[in-house]
Amino acid sequence: MAEQTFTNLTNAGPVSVTVRDDKIIRVRPLAADPDDFKPWSIEADGKTYSPPKKFNISPFAFGERERIYSDNRIKYPMKRVDFDPNGERNPQNRGKSEFERISWDEALDIVSGELKRVSDTYGPSAISGMTSSHHNWGIVGYKMGPFWRFFNQLGFTPVFDNPDSWEGWHWGATHTYGFYWRLGMPEQYDLLEDSLKNAEMIVYWSNDPDSTRGIYTGQDSAIWRQWLKEKDVEMVFIDPFQNYTATAMEGKWIAPRIGTDTAMALAVAYVWLSEGTYDKDYIESRTVGFDNFKDYVLGSTDNKPKTPEWASQESGVPARTITALARQWAKKRTVLSAGARGGEGGACRQAFGTEWARLMVLLQAMQGLGKPGVSIWGTTMGAPFDASIWFPGYADPDGKMSTSRAADRQPKNPTPQRLYRPDVPDAILNPPYSWLGEGFCGQSLEQQFIPYTYPAEGCSEIKLWYRYGGSFMGTMNDTTKWVDMYQSPKLEFVINQDCWWQSETRMADIILPACTHMEREDLGEWGTGNGYTQHASNGCNFRVIVRQQKCIEPLWESKSDYDIFSALADRLGFGEDFTEGKTDKDWAKAFFDISDLPEHISWEEFDEKGYYIINVPDDYEPTPSLRWFAEDRNCDTPDLGNPKRTSNEANQLGTYSGKIEFTSESLSEHFPDDEERPVSPRYIDSWEGHKSPLADKYPLQLLSPHPRFTFHTHYDGHTPSLDDIPGHRLKIDGYAYWPARINPEDAAARGIKDGDIVKLYNDRAAGVLCAAVITGRVRPGIIHAYASSGVYDPLEPGEPNSIDRGGCVAMLTPTKLMSKNVPGMAPNSCLIEIERWEA
Amino acid sequence: MTKYSMIVDVDKCTGCYACFLACRDEFQGNDYLPHSVAQPTSTDSMAGQNWIRVEETERGTFPKVKVSYTPIMCQQCEDAPCIDAATDGAVYRREDGIVMIDPEKAAGQKAIADSCPYDLIFWNEEKAVAQKCTFCTHLLDKNEQPRCIEACPVAAIQIGDLDDPNSVVAKAAKEGEQLNPEFGINPLVSYAGLPKKFVTGEVIVKDGDAEECVAGVSVTLKSDDQERATVTNTFGDFEFDGLTADSNYTLVISHDGYAPIERTVKTESDVNLGVIELGIG
Repeated sequence: MAEQTFTNLTNAGPVSVTVRDDKIIRVRPLAADPDDFKPWSIEADGKTYSPPKKFNISPFAFGERERIYSDNRIKYPMKRVDFDPNGERNPQNRGKSEFERISWDEALDIVSGELKRVSDTYGPSAISGMTSSHHNWGIVGYKMGPFWRFFNQLGFTPVFDNPDSWEGWHWGATHTYGFYWRLGMPEQYDLLEDSLKNAEMIVYWSNDPDSTRGIYTGQDSAIWRQWLKEKDVEMVFIDPFQNYTATAMEGKWIAPRIGTDTAMALAVAYVWLSEGTYDKDYIESRTVGFDNFKDYVLGSTDNKPKTPEWASQESGVPARTITALARQWAKKRTVLSAGARGGEGGACRQAFGTEWARLMVLLQAMQGLGKPGVSIWGTTMGAPFDASIWFPGYADPDGKMSTSRAADRQPKNPTPQRLYRPDVPDAILNPPYSWLGEGFCGQSLEQQFIPYTYPAEGCSEIKLWYRYGGSFMGTMNDTTKWVDMYQSPKLEFVINQDCWWQSETRMADIILPACTHMEREDLGEWGTGNGYTQHASNGCNFRVIVRQQKCIEPLWESKSDYDIFSALADRLGFGEDFTEGKTDKDWAKAFFDISDLPEHISWEEFDEKGYYIINVPDDYEPTPSLRWFAEDRNCDTPDLGNPKRTSNEANQLGTYSGKIEFTSESLSEHFPDDEERPVSPRYIDSWEGHKSPLADKYPLQLLSPHPRFTFHTHYDGHTPSLDDIPGHRLKIDGYAYWPARINPEDAAARGIKDGDIVKLYNDRAAGVLCAAVITGRVRPGIIHAYASSGVYDPLEPGEPNSIDRGGCVAMLTPTKLMSKNVPGMAPNSCLIEIERWEA
Repeated sequence: MTKYSMIVDVDKCTGCYACFLACRDEFQGNDYLPHSVAQPTSTDSMAGQNWIRVEETERGTFPKVKVSYTPIMCQQCEDAPCIDAATDGAVYRREDGIVMIDPEKAAGQKAIADSCPYDLIFWNEEKAVAQKCTFCTHLLDKNEQPRCIEACPVAAIQIGDLDDPNSVVAKAAKEGEQLNPEFGINPLVSYAGLPKKFVTGEVIVKDGDAEECVAGVSVTLKSDDQERATVTNTFGDFEFDGLTADSNYTLVISHDGYAPIERTVKTESDVNLGVIELGIG
């Protein structure tokens, strides 16, 4: 039978999907017509840099076919065998008991019946639920789509997301340079061109862009770093792990102890202050509060000068190396590659990570942030980009079917109660629970200071938990607590809706099989959700909007999320309001119609051809990030979220003063006496670090960054070929273990050999079994094991304190928040011990 | 005539394994007769055929560590042992130089799978046939790129015509290295940047307790047949890479105003001389 080719889009790039006999046989990077590409070019030092006409998708996306046909798919609606909605519910057996297949009718009756019962009995606030990030792509079917439209209509208690990948920037850097509308990340416009033309050195500080890949932008930026390497731009990598960007780029590797980056940063400032090698004019005209900072660094206030020798004792990095780094940094036009997409390493996700993130901004301020070659640039965004054509992303209000103009009506959730993701189990198990801030605080700095308590006044505790996707065992902290929560009788009913059996699927009473983005109709832009990261697709060499064509019918008995929620809405009496009579393809067209795309291509042609490439115009004028600020001009970048951009304060940053604040005016006003996020950044000993008393018992520090070969937990556990990549999993006696990297010195002291099964443990977790990888790529005293294992595999299923052999090292990490008034999570402040495991 | 080969630049390879996964996507469960029969799928008991594999090599010791990734696909040997091991012409060379296994003729010939010293031919028990990388001839014949090359984000793998003197592979082949030349079978795939031994160290001066990195220090490395020179960088680091294993070298560090320092090193493994302090005579 003839083959057919469809277009689709993954969270890692656009693809062409070949189908034969109703079966996907190939998934390759989108094979666009070469005539549709008009590559941009950048001239620098007599050389022209231009990208090849291709889309570089992330490695795991090549496993899409395996993932879709995985035996691990949820094939049918399922019910836990000992769950009876009209009798014994046996919540204590969640995670333990088996499941039996039921019909869709029975499943939908039970789920809609429970939604109605709980809402009628306790009020809609008793219903809560949450999606996981990014397991599929598209606007119509994305997690922000049907789920929110359904629950806004029904009424529920939403869960605030925390900025789990870049906490310190969100809660810290915003009080230094604003950019709260980007959740603490700076704008990145045209920094590729600026760096090719002007950068002489790049300091990657806690940043592995070759692994984190600008979140969604695949491997398009890999060639940019290759160009910079070929240009002999000097590169320095600061990370306790010699990460993959460092191994690819070579350069200087500096490996501090976890929790001491801030001390090193202060010592860099000390060298500049004592040698006078900083931009005094810039400090004078573009910043405020410098003297307070200067006094602290020089030790005038605490008699403790923050010298390289002092920082060396904290970090374990030789003082001479810190001094050499500081001098070279001051001498050369230096890009600080920390923060911004892909810069989301461990240093901002640990105790007092706010202080490090603030210092990153302040160090660059001392060198003239925004001047040519002096930027904060993750190296994964900032290609030439036509921002004049608008297309909605999943995080834009207009990109969500619950709030978009593409819908006739936008249902509003009436419930004032909220939960906060890092501490959902603590809140549900032990209310009342209080915290500060609205999670993603993209509307104002003050949003970070709003106090919340669960249960909210007049609201119910949560009785029904609707989980969509299920990866928190591998991504949240101290995740044993999630098992405890699931087994609590407080949760009368738990649903899990997903495509695959994931870490939390088994914790449900009813399981609903959803289909993937290749089994439904949708559309989307590669590389961006917009919202609080406007124009993130400038991390791609070509901006491309893809019609996500349904390639095959939903496999087994799975259904699209849209169809599942339509069916539930129908049973609850608001089916017509939910769908507005639209199919998923009708919604796709409705989103297309509100975008700027119809000015460039008709729906019919787009639908047929499957994609539209938005090329950069010939007369493109670059507007490098923050150049306007350095030169005290009005903002000229297309940073749509910047509220001052169109005001008469358009030359200002989003801080209270409008300038870079060495002493934060927003913190001075709201928390003047906070010793843990002081008005000017300080080095504070970690509450779980190398000097903690707990280090006697658990002397090793666990570093658990974002993984290289999967996207969060996604693709892991149901893409078998990934298990054949030794950096991802290592097979021992046929079982694919998660690697834990250990320095030879620490391994020898414990009699651990390469390839041994080892147990990582502390007081929070009885043990996580991993495969030992003995390597000089980690400094002594550090264990490197990626977060985000997608496999939770307790040796005793359903036993919260069981040893896990799936590699969910998140079980070891603390739920303690970053500091007293900072609700960021801090997984990299984690002490453990490790030993050989003999079954 | 066309004579296809590939050039692999190990210095460019980032170890992303996109080539490996793209290859699996193309061949698992998919027949491309007469080019190839389907590779077992990942859930199959015979899973695990790596028609292209990526080898990780870690060299050196903390904190002077280097990691290389070497993608290895069918090497298209001029003296291919697989052709010799086959009967009935079951392994043959196409006119464009690509070595192919004829799935029909090769039926039952396990000797073919056992013949490759690079371990790049696999035995499919169920179909009783030997299988390997085809350079994606089924795509090449339609003027499309092999999947590994399409997948590579940094052009670390390139294909071209050795008989075309202007092709990238022909140029690279002149300076390129062979993988395991000791096999003596003349692989046509050529490599740049295959990991060798390296010698490194860090030069400092002391003033009391204070230490300082010294940039611009001359360092030479001599053996019987060669001499190489470098200078230390801003961190006082120097490095000589690309050295032959098990060779003896004399390393000399000299800097104005300080006494020269001489060390003998043997590249049994990579050598990190650690911190070397300059002194006055």
